[in-house]
Amino acid sequence: MHLYHLTIHAAAEKLHKRELSSHELTQAVLDHIQATDDRIHSYLTVSREAALKQAEAADRQLSQGTAPSPLCGVPIALKDVILTQGIRSTAGSKILEQFIPPYDATVARLLKEAGAVIVGKVNCDEFAMGSSNENSAFTPSRNPWDIARVPGGSSGGSATAVAADQALAALGTDTGGSIRLPASFCGIVGLKPTYGRVSRFGVVAYASSLDQVGPCTKDIHDCALLLNVIAGHDARESTSVDRSTPDYTAGLDRGAGGLRIGIPQEYFVDGMQPEVEAAVRQAIGQLEAQGAQVVPVSLAHTDYAVAAYYIIATAEASSNLARYDGVRYGYRAPQIDDLKEMYHATRAYGFGSEVKRRIMLGTYVLSAGYYDAYYLKAQKVRTLVRQDFLSAFETCDLIATPVAPTTAFRLGEKTADPLTMYLTDIFTIAVNLAGLPALSVPCGFDQSGLPIGLQLIGRPFHEATLLQAGYAYEQAHDWHTRKPPIYE
Amino acid sequence: MRITKEEVRHVAALARLKLTDTEQDELVEHFDKILTYMDKLGELDTDGVEPTAHAVEVSAPLREDRVTNQSETDALLANAPSRKMDFFRVPKIIE
Repeated sequence: MHLYHLTIHAAAEKLHKRELSSHELTQAVLDHIQATDDRIHSYLTVSREAALKQAEAADRQLSQGTAPSPLCGVPIALKDVILTQGIRSTAGSKILEQFIPPYDATVARLLKEAGAVIVGKVNCDEFAMGSSNENSAFTPSRNPWDIARVPGGSSGGSATAVAADQALAALGTDTGGSIRLPASFCGIVGLKPTYGRVSRFGVVAYASSLDQVGPCTKDIHDCALLLNVIAGHDARESTSVDRSTPDYTAGLDRGAGGLRIGIPQEYFVDGMQPEVEAAVRQAIGQLEAQGAQVVPVSLAHTDYAVAAYYIIATAEASSNLARYDGVRYGYRAPQIDDLKEMYHATRAYGFGSEVKRRIMLGTYVLSAGYYDAYYLKAQKVRTLVRQDFLSAFETCDLIATPVAPTTAFRLGEKTADPLTMYLTDIFTIAVNLAGLPALSVPCGFDQSGLPIGLQLIGRPFHEATLLQAGYAYEQAHDWHTRKPPIYE
Repeated sequence: MRITKEEVRHVAALARLKLTDTEQDELVEHFDKILTYMDKLGELDTDGVEPTAHAVEVSAPLREDRVTNQSETDALLANAPSRKMDFFRVPKIIE
């Protein structure tokens, strides 16, 4: 057992008792990053100096008994779409390769105020657009369980950093599954909170009606601790919901007894990897054995969610990414005298092929003559998808499904065909359309030793129920404590 | 094919993107697959269904119009690709 193996809650206990200093812990994590990251490529920027300074400040607070939270002195990584003052934030794109933000995202500020140590910025698909991390403009992160395989995307670096113990926890963002899919592929816990629960101020926008920030952690308890710090209203973010936040650690040990778990037949489809289906059904059986009640539910419009998502998300992306014009920040194509030509050349060089494809698709579905057929239609289908969930929640408290139909696939396996890649997200996307919270919990391994994830979907703002069920399940297993073979 | 190369060029112009010939050909092919897949939405009768823009009810919040920040001209201009005095410098836009 090394220091970097610690969970947040285990580290917090040692830090608060002063059996361990934040300096030692941070140094151990930084050394471990250096020793392992040439194989995994989790980090785009390691903020060693700033981290050691934050650790020193945390140690002072811990010694004086003024530590502001259980996260005080704990090394955490942030997805590179989350802006950090004075520390390069690229969003995985060449167009922001040199961008040094003049301010902190609200979630970064909240973590700093809680005393957390920001060890660095982790890799992602460019502008969070992707399901495998292969769209990073720099280099794809590798799955620590098998470096020939993808970690999932887009928050791939967040998941690999946590799975390989290169940070005690990380923040990711989830627009169509971007926290849950990599969490599942890398064998860690990932939570997409309810839309509006966590502020996106200072988070690089992809699809604004879907984007949400959330924790990637080693276990459920850590997930609750991290959510406690980042959840809440932010006057700087117009979609942030003004609603009180509970202490998410408070009800963790209430058990699964009495919970009604909905099982949608639409999420157990032909063509799924049999081991995934078996592991997920076994996990549901386990919760049932602990006193939960299983009820069949129907989410009839599931099959239409991916199509609706890729219209809505790309439409919003084409609008959000209009700001990268080479004028105020970011890359500008050099030595061009004509403004329009400068825009064209800047964006041609600055954006990668998937980002261009999504901007093009989004511009197309919003363009004259196509708006009603695509965009408006998709928004109406979104209503149907959301209604499915709301009616299902009349008879259950949460819904259990697989996170993905397969375990992690190989690098290059799906890059030739964008549609095949988009279909990776079939079990995660509807949740974003409906704005619901959803948790990915490790629930086993396939025959190749690759992790499998159980998805628990909740009512709006009922993150606590998901964590309660996830915690109950976690107590019965050791899946989440197994370590990838990357060290050997 | 669902979309012609000319249409791809038109959309690229709207999106301020310069695309190579290969990229245009690739998009014609990808759009064909993706748009055909999206046709499945047509199977659903959505007459009378209200569109959803945000899954959670949001309305534009109002607050007092008060200055809360200080002037940060230099910090904001620090990332400018080209700067002249306190301005962003761009290629000439008026003939």
